[in-house]
Amino acid sequence: MELPLLHLALVGTPNSGKTSLFNALTGSRQKVANYPGVTVERKEGFFVTPLGRQVSVVDLPGTYSLRGRSPDEEITRDFVLGKASGETVPDLVLCVADSTNLRLTIRLLLELKRTGRPMVLVLNMFDIAARRGITVDVERLAKELGLPVVTSIAVRRGGTANLLKLTDEISAKLAAEAEASSWRALSVSELRATQREADRIIADCVSLPARPDTWTARIDAVVLHPVGGLVVLTLILFVMFQAVFAWAQPAMDLLKSGFDALGELVQATLPDGLLQSFLQNGVISGVGSVIVFLPQIILIFLFILLLEDFGYMARAAFLMDRIMGGAGLHGRAFIPLLSSFACAIPGIMATRVIDNKRDRLTTILIAPLMTCSARIPVYTLIISAFIPAKDVWGFINLQGLVMFGLYAAGIASALVVSFLIKFFMLRDFAPAPFMLELPDYKMPRLKSIAIGIYTRAKMFLVRAGTTIFSMMVLIWFLASFPQPPAGATEPAIEFSLAAMIGKALEPLLAPVGFNWQIAVALIPGMAAREVAVAALGTVYAIEGGKEAAEQIGQVLATKWSLATALSMLAWYIFAPQCASTLAVIRRETGSWAWMAVTFTYMLVLAYAASLLTYNVAVALGAG
Amino acid sequence: MTDTNDTRPHMPLGLAQRGYTGVIQHLSAREAGSALSDIELESRLIELGFVEGARVEVLHEGLVGRDPIAVRVDSITIAVRRREAMAVIVA
Repeated sequence: MELPLLHLALVGTPNSGKTSLFNALTGSRQKVANYPGVTVERKEGFFVTPLGRQVSVVDLPGTYSLRGRSPDEEITRDFVLGKASGETVPDLVLCVADSTNLRLTIRLLLELKRTGRPMVLVLNMFDIAARRGITVDVERLAKELGLPVVTSIAVRRGGTANLLKLTDEISAKLAAEAEASSWRALSVSELRATQREADRIIADCVSLPARPDTWTARIDAVVLHPVGGLVVLTLILFVMFQAVFAWAQPAMDLLKSGFDALGELVQATLPDGLLQSFLQNGVISGVGSVIVFLPQIILIFLFILLLEDFGYMARAAFLMDRIMGGAGLHGRAFIPLLSSFACAIPGIMATRVIDNKRDRLTTILIAPLMTCSARIPVYTLIISAFIPAKDVWGFINLQGLVMFGLYAAGIASALVVSFLIKFFMLRDFAPAPFMLELPDYKMPRLKSIAIGIYTRAKMFLVRAGTTIFSMMVLIWFLASFPQPPAGATEPAIEFSLAAMIGKALEPLLAPVGFNWQIAVALIPGMAAREVAVAALGTVYAIEGGKEAAEQIGQVLATKWSLATALSMLAWYIFAPQCASTLAVIRRETGSWAWMAVTFTYMLVLAYAASLLTYNVAVALGAG
Repeated sequence: MTDTNDTRPHMPLGLAQRGYTGVIQHLSAREAGSALSDIELESRLIELGFVEGARVEVLHEGLVGRDPIAVRVDSITIAVRRREAMAVIVA
């Protein structure tokens, strides 16, 4: 007889190693989605126990209590209580604890017990605890708590064997009738009493070493030094960007020549005509020009995930708290803003770690100003076409300097906007508290990082395969139809729908130096900013033939003035047109108005910046 | 182990210098002037382990205004702004 799917839920404090346990249990059999109505990420995975029972496990957001003061905590509470809409009540709750740091988890566990759900305490990172001389009397702990306790080393092969075995044992005799929940929000005195009880249990069952982790203390002596810490942070950011721009290049070149070869193959095997043009100009060069950026996206997520798993992200927030506070930002906004350098979407979603509504809103509004990876293609293309690769002051590459300047301009404008929001709109609120656990450093686990990168790369490729692909087909269609009349001497695109749309928009964009080809490229940029590059490629390829598609940078250098190129760069610092970012803002703020505000203010800034850049450049003779 | 804690004057953790060690005497959220309500601030402090009798040590300070501070609370390290740390009375 096939047993029904067993539902597990992982609960624990932040930094308890919940996610590495989740990854160890499920591997890549994961589904990432959102809970209905809220934006908390819902991660579900599947595995099979040694006895063949099918198990679904949900990784709930990290929380210190069930009070539900943030969306994360509400989800955790409702899920465990079986109140979350559309969710199955978990058959078994796994409360995950960092074995080196039991205080907060045991208190959470005592609170969780009141929900009446069958529960197991998982002592994770048991190897690290043992190495540090922490001994836990597991049997006594189980007796004191009145529930099964199992040790686990999520990061080691076979480290979850005990847990799997226990899951089988428990599922075999799982009582059909769960106890009734007696949970209600704890008062301050109950909370205090619970922590006391937790401390008593720990004193009875756990012997702690006299000294804390010496490695963490040694690293923190440097990394949290008021001045040295900021130097280290700057260095880390520098290496990160260096890696993204320099180290990714060989892989990107390889991908690019692969797509070029594929395009040539299509050109050589298919007869001239619409089908050849569609495959070569629309599909291969269009989608290919976006997929080329996969190495950069993988690298930036590699850094973010490494820093997060290592435990550095909380330190970065600590260092930046007061500095960002000057611009009206919360220290916790640092992590979302840093993620926004990869893409504003995960960045905006990461703002849920900020529990003050207005701090969160400010962060969401400025996150799109951080230079996301989708702008890199546009920047790279224009810089390599227009900025000479010479050295200034002997050692700094001018192209790199311009790239750095664009990033700096994005950050500076974000700080100014944040300051203005604080000053004009949200004047009347006291700064929200900054309270954050600084976890002990841990060696990041390769498998966990790999799974994290894999899910994000997959998201990117799916987007390239769907949204970007369909936009490219549309652009190709607009640029190819209607076909030129027989005997026409002008390039075919002059007769197309794209040219009509672009020329209709041209008067609006002429003051900032954009021609109709740019106007056409900006429209599909709505789907994803990087599509603008591919769209320019398609437009000029259909206009100028095959050579143009391969050498788009050189074509631009002959078709655009330097002033237009600079104006385009200035536009892209703000680049309001990213439909997915706007959709996420709408979802995260729950309001169309804030989405409209974001779009409008970025559009105004983009137009103003381009107008200024173009006119100054023309005045200086670059027109 | 020092047993001088009974005789030392009580002070808010928010005024403590780097290197200070002491024991939490009580919480007094009203003193803090935080944006949070008294009950909310007290609850959150307890949830992060700031309970009576816990040993604290100020490990690190930020650059601007020596704020925030990183505090060792028994076996864990918590980053907190001085404003909120004013609610924790130590000796």
